[in-house]
Amino acid sequence: MTSKYYENKSNARHDNYEIATPQLEKRRYIEALKLVLGNAPVGSTNQQVKDNALAITLKVLLAIKSAQIEEAVGNLSLDDIDILMKYIYRGFEYPSEGSSGHLLLWHEKAFNVGGSGSIVRVLSDRMRV
Amino acid sequence: MSQTLTFGDSCAPITCHAWNKDRTQIAFSPNNNEVHIYQKEGNEWKQTNNLVEHDLRVMGIDWAPNTNRIVTCSVDRNAYVWTQGDDGKWTTTLVLLRINRAATCVKWSPAENKFAVGSGARLISICYFEKENNWWVSKHIKKPIRSTVTTLDWHPNNILLVAGSADFKVRVFSAYIKDIEDQPGPNVWGSKLPLGQLLAEFPNSPSGGGWVHSVSFSADGNKVAWVGHDSSISIADATQGKSMIKVKTEYLPFLGCNWISNNSLLVAGHSCIPLLYCHDGDELRFVAKLDNTQRKESGGLSAMKKFQSLDRQARIETSDTYLDSIHQNAITCISLYKGTKANAKKFSTSGLDGQLVIWDLDSLERSIEGLKIV
Repeated sequence: MTSKYYENKSNARHDNYEIATPQLEKRRYIEALKLVLGNAPVGSTNQQVKDNALAITLKVLLAIKSAQIEEAVGNLSLDDIDILMKYIYRGFEYPSEGSSGHLLLWHEKAFNVGGSGSIVRVLSDRMRV
Repeated sequence: MSQTLTFGDSCAPITCHAWNKDRTQIAFSPNNNEVHIYQKEGNEWKQTNNLVEHDLRVMGIDWAPNTNRIVTCSVDRNAYVWTQGDDGKWTTTLVLLRINRAATCVKWSPAENKFAVGSGARLISICYFEKENNWWVSKHIKKPIRSTVTTLDWHPNNILLVAGSADFKVRVFSAYIKDIEDQPGPNVWGSKLPLGQLLAEFPNSPSGGGWVHSVSFSADGNKVAWVGHDSSISIADATQGKSMIKVKTEYLPFLGCNWISNNSLLVAGHSCIPLLYCHDGDELRFVAKLDNTQRKESGGLSAMKKFQSLDRQARIETSDTYLDSIHQNAITCISLYKGTKANAKKFSTSGLDGQLVIWDLDSLERSIEGLKIV
């Protein structure tokens, strides 16, 4: 983990819709997931930007089928797992039909890789998604 | 491999502990305003003293090995220096900390002529003895600390001090007191060293999270290691341009860290198991878990044992939640038992389960595969 990583984050293009939607349309969900996590606006102070990013990330998470979750998680770096965990918890805040059950599956797989540490970081990090 | 001690019948958490020079006596606080001193007699540990002067919970204890003085600090905003008379009784000397919040941590300097106290008043008091009045006076380091100072450690040169704080920063300060010391020469951390000079500042996390629980200078004083509440372990090296390495671990947060050789770092905390990490070039590598205790078969659990285990884990329901480790609750304090930071042979840990465990690194090295302390 370097500070450069987060600098990139805060300067990242905040419109995740724009970058992830083409991948979603092509059904390249894992690519889309990497893009939304890699460009998560953690450093942003604009709530609207964060809410938009949450919406598109949830869309990606819910689009990935249960059987593919493990593969998707396996493709992520440890830093991305931390971001993913943050989105999973935020996703629990805004449940929709069947979403929580699906997010629990994501949680289980992300926990297998990131351990308790990634949950602790959801709680302790000041920069939220 | 390891030896577990419990003191008296109490299962109260051990807030912190400190050993005397020859490790025949230990001072610890059972999570209240008292400091108990136990002495080893044969194989038994007997309580010899109970230091009661603080009104509120004791937060820090440090025992100066050569001058045989104990310093304690507490939530009641006071610190006391205890000296032992010929009759074995401990008497206090007043310390003028001049703080308006709890004192959180205390450490003697290596030369034992001064000590540092961190506090919730967002400052560090550097205390030294004033003969004329027979008390300890203090000078403050204030800037740029923005929250409670949670942990301190001295550089071996007796001048520099590293402090971790709840504002997610680790800072290296000069704690040079010109009234009692000669002018220090330059070192790797800096050359201008008036009291309070900030020589380095490291964020625990660029995303601004994780208050710092413990800091440690390496034996040569060139490196600083710390652990934060985001389950991370970090090292900054002054000889590498004060560059920082950070590892985000998969464990629960660590509460203590200590160097046991110039490259080996010990960490322990909420996951109840001490871990060993090795600083190797520009990476911090996980080496081993130092506790491979397997779950014991609970054949014929006595009522006494049962209630003791309820007490140790601070739980109220009776379902069995025995952990696969010696410590049954978070480890809050690590100290060296034998050897120095450059070459430690044994260390001790204490925690919320009221146990104190002495770990033998040599026998651990023999029994754990792939464990090599370098």
